[in-house]
Amino acid sequence: MSHSILVFVEQREGKVRKAGLEAVSEAARLGEATAVLVGSGVGSLAADAGRAGAKKVFVADDPRFKLYSPEGYARAVALALQKSGAKSLFMAATAMGKDLAPAVAALTESGVAADCTGLSLEGDRLVARRPVYAGKMYIQVGFKKGPAICTLRPNVFALSKDGGASPAVEDLKLTIADGDLRSLVKEIVATAGGKVELTEASIIVTAGRGLGSPEAFKLRDDLAAVLGAAVGASRAVVDNGWRPHSEQVGQTGKTVSPNLYIAIAVSGAIQHLAGMSSSKVIVAINKDPDAPIFKVATYGIVGDAFEVVPALTEEFRKVLHH
Amino acid sequence: MILAVCLKRVPDTNARPAIGSDGRSINPQGIDYVINPYDEYALEEALKIKEKAGAGEVVGVCVDPDGNESMLRKALAMGVDRGILVKGGSTFDGAVNAEILAGVLKPLGATIILFGKQAVDSDSSQVPTIVAERLGLPRANVVVKMELQGNRVTCRRQIEGAEEVVDMPTPCVVSAQKGLNEPRYASLKGIMAAKKKPIETKDAPAVEARIEVLKMEPPPPRPAGRIVGKGKEAAAELVRLLRDEAKVL
Repeated sequence: MSHSILVFVEQREGKVRKAGLEAVSEAARLGEATAVLVGSGVGSLAADAGRAGAKKVFVADDPRFKLYSPEGYARAVALALQKSGAKSLFMAATAMGKDLAPAVAALTESGVAADCTGLSLEGDRLVARRPVYAGKMYIQVGFKKGPAICTLRPNVFALSKDGGASPAVEDLKLTIADGDLRSLVKEIVATAGGKVELTEASIIVTAGRGLGSPEAFKLRDDLAAVLGAAVGASRAVVDNGWRPHSEQVGQTGKTVSPNLYIAIAVSGAIQHLAGMSSSKVIVAINKDPDAPIFKVATYGIVGDAFEVVPALTEEFRKVLHH
Repeated sequence: MILAVCLKRVPDTNARPAIGSDGRSINPQGIDYVINPYDEYALEEALKIKEKAGAGEVVGVCVDPDGNESMLRKALAMGVDRGILVKGGSTFDGAVNAEILAGVLKPLGATIILFGKQAVDSDSSQVPTIVAERLGLPRANVVVKMELQGNRVTCRRQIEGAEEVVDMPTPCVVSAQKGLNEPRYASLKGIMAAKKKPIETKDAPAVEARIEVLKMEPPPPRPAGRIVGKGKEAAAELVRLLRDEAKVL
């Protein structure tokens, strides 16, 4: 019998998150994938989960779940886990997934492997591979108790679209009292003005203290705009107050794995390298040929960012928008 | 009003860990240990809440496999009133630490239990949530702003490109993100006073493991890179390589 995996497919405002479908795709590769959708009026999203490989989809539809509910979503997913009898639970390692997975673990007395970058089966036992110390080391994790709960790092697992668009759908019939929902999300306030989110971006342009001033970050932003990239900053830049912490890449910021990471005037401190060296292709631009960032770079240009970056932006513009 | 702050002893972010002889953990030799950076924001927030209220007690709780009290002493020097040190727990199995903490925190009856949003060794972000569920308390994780008013706490929780406004009653659990505040430094007076503040020490109860570390490995090696050229003349060649060789455009 194949390993049964339940996948929580995150949606916000009626749109499924790509990272959630990546998790379904990986579950279908490893075993038999069932999905669970939680929200208000989300039943129609079952087709997306089906295309990614889910044979069946549980739906917990409740007007109180229009926005995320830390306690409510956890109870819905725990119920789906119980009904499905799945041996493992996957979800994307997003803000929601990182909040939800341990709550389900507490409700089902099981263990969590967070931010996994590799998953495999040894017989019927799941083994998760995940970074620790922000990626300075990796551990292989086995599960001792309860269903194996894993959050999957976005952008690492390939998205599949070969599944059927009409999976079997079952209403979860969750009953939950208002009194059990005490932590209430009242509203969502946008902070990044529709820009691309770092942890899910396929291209990231980061700049470091070497740019010399907050104003110089226009160089970074212009390059990112041409590439449709998310923008990042080094810890020194954030600690100087030049850019907000939400842009910080590294051990006390975000750990990222884009297809292309461009580092401008970033020297490459160990805590920064830890957070980005799993990127598929790394480009470094730095005037110091001995900067540590060149040790992890796929391609490097030695030179002054103020000369190189505008030239690079222009070249990308020619190639991408001609 | 009691405010509890949970602290973990972790390697400094500048550390370059090496794999230990057991093949499943790092070699602690030569590693500088610090209070988990995110826990410092939790600690600062607890002190600020107490100062604003003009009353209360801030209790630091540390679960440490070596029973090392140095992080609690630092916290006492920053202004924490007393410490509870629990010898035991696990570096990577957060559920075990959460069970132990829940047992210590339950009789404390704290109004707010504060954590860092993740420990920078295990990077699991699970202990605050499991403690909240174990104690039957509401939670808000990855908080960049919070306010206690009467018996309710309103938080801004960071999500992708936005913030969730979370409202909940006390008692509750909050985990802190960088940006919540600027942690203070310990004053000389604080360091002297910390020597006389009490730390209660106990052994952790036996807790069933949820996960096991099978193996620790270095990160996958990166293929050798190359310098494309110098200055702006190299820009065109770089773009060609990204398009035709790396195929990422």
